Amino acid sequence: METLTKEPTRQAAPPRGPRPPTKRRRGARRNLIAYGFLCAALFCFAMFAWWPIIREVVLSFQQTNLVDDPEWVGLDNFRTVVDDPAFGQAWRNTLVFTLLALLCGYVVPFAVAIVLNELRHARAYLRFVVYLPVMLPPIVSVLLFRWFYDPGPGLFNQALDLVGLPTLSWLDSTSTALISLVIVSTWMNLGSGVLIYLAALQNIPGDLYEAAELDGAGILKRIWHVTIPQTRLILLLMLMLQIVATMQVFIEPFMLTGGGPENATVTVVYLMYQYAFVYGGNYGAGSALGLMLMVVLLAVAAVQLRLTREEN
Amino acid sequence: MPHTKRRGAWADGHARTIVSPLELKSRWGRKIYWTLLATVLIGFTLIFVFPLYWMVTGAMKTGEEIAQMPPTLFPESPDFSVFTDAWELFDIGTLLKNTLFYAVGAWLFALAVDVSAAYALSKLRPMFGNVILAGMLATLMIPPIVVMIPAYITVTDVPIFGWHLLNSPWAIWFPVAANGFNIFLLKRFFDSIPNEILEAAEIDGVPPWRVLVSIILPISRPILGVVSIFTVVLVFKDFVWPLLVLPDSDKMTLSVGLSQTAGAVTQNQIMAGLVIASVPMIIVFLFFQRSIMAGLTAGSLKG
Repeated sequence: METLTKEPTRQAAPPRGPRPPTKRRRGARRNLIAYGFLCAALFCFAMFAWWPIIREVVLSFQQTNLVDDPEWVGLDNFRTVVDDPAFGQAWRNTLVFTLLALLCGYVVPFAVAIVLNELRHARAYLRFVVYLPVMLPPIVSVLLFRWFYDPGPGLFNQALDLVGLPTLSWLDSTSTALISLVIVSTWMNLGSGVLIYLAALQNIPGDLYEAAELDGAGILKRIWHVTIPQTRLILLLMLMLQIVATMQVFIEPFMLTGGGPENATVTVVYLMYQYAFVYGGNYGAGSALGLMLMVVLLAVAAVQLRLTREEN
Repeated sequence: MPHTKRRGAWADGHARTIVSPLELKSRWGRKIYWTLLATVLIGFTLIFVFPLYWMVTGAMKTGEEIAQMPPTLFPESPDFSVFTDAWELFDIGTLLKNTLFYAVGAWLFALAVDVSAAYALSKLRPMFGNVILAGMLATLMIPPIVVMIPAYITVTDVPIFGWHLLNSPWAIWFPVAANGFNIFLLKRFFDSIPNEILEAAEIDGVPPWRVLVSIILPISRPILGVVSIFTVVLVFKDFVWPLLVLPDSDKMTLSVGLSQTAGAVTQNQIMAGLVIASVPMIIVFLFFQRSIMAGLTAGSLKG
């Protein structure tokens, strides 16, 4: 990256001319110009970021079909959502998905990054390859894996068959469907985690390791006492980002299982989508569910902010 | 924030890491190192490259061969006509044209909107600037998908203006411009530009927009590159939002179009469609690898 390393030059005295406008007038003019530059962004944020957040709360307490005037219905939407048999299942699946995705998608990339950082060869190739799936449109990864999961000629069962292991029914069984979705999701998102950790690891000064080595710390001890404390902030940040990202899982159940078999892969966002866009536009119930998810995600973000502040 | 040292996700320094050079040079160290390297290379290639190889070769297999058990490693008679079939069946010409149009438009619009906003917040410092910035950054905590229902309703009838934006490119462009992360990155970069230059320009009577265009933008090229690529990639990869707001088949994006038609064509044609859809992104990655890696780490590390 380029940078500016200009020494501040001493300003020549302002030329004698007409007196500059008073401070207040200049301030008002400055504000006007600034808001001129800001207005387009303010419009976009107001209409498509801030307003929808407020509207989600409003819609949760309304019944509306977008044609007639909306009607206030108190907590009815929340009752509808909570009484739905799929509700508990959706939250459970989302949490299990998040936990499994964290195991695969949080711990593994860090370990992979540590190994990559030790290697002296083929680093460019490995970095390129690990990020390749991240660049693909998710629909490509999802449809590709749908074919791999095919119980007959699909790649995975053929590979299991080749090494003499029993084949699995992947997406068609309640016991393996959710983990199958986690595998796809991890495959397509692992790369960004690896590269972010790798950058963090490269910023650790080498002499810390030397000092640890002089103190007689073995390799595992060096990781525990140097690597992890040095990357603590980024580990914390990534944990929260991962939780927030995986709680929004949608395209995997939408394209691969349709929430089945027997609701084994219904997730919160998928259920929300169904309320609003599949079963006759129940926008109120969908928004109520969305509001619950929003509260959970905000709580996660709040925890993260507090922890980060304590660290600093 | 701008890096001066070539350090970060792309530089191959041989700095001291966990294992010391001495340990590496020992007989065991060498053995372990080469075993590990071989394992990682083979593992990565199998996990990340082989699926893509399977996709490309799967496209070229005949209907019988693709269903064959055990599968063949190479197509017996590679058939390239499947790509033209897929192109026509999925109507990829239209889908790709749409997606490129949305991506380029989003890029130009988001860059114009976010650069002006970041410039105002960083250098012109209006009243309530910090409140506005906080409000923009707060949106980062609530992922767009969580508010997709109210956002969709907004698009069907934009408040005050009463626009109906379904099937209109603006349904993509407006929300893309409302990106707190872009504003954050740009503002942080502009903050690192010394104010003296701007003051000098102001005294010379140069208007603010000229300052932005002729002084700030030329030195902000690296960060503009990062923001541009991320915006284009975002539009290309997005699925749920275009699925909701661009329902007409002649307005669809490539991702949505593929998902709609995938049920009606054969397995090798699906794979051919996926290969075609992957090519643009892989090209972008090959060309802009450095900017992408820079952007990844810029957001998460204190540069």
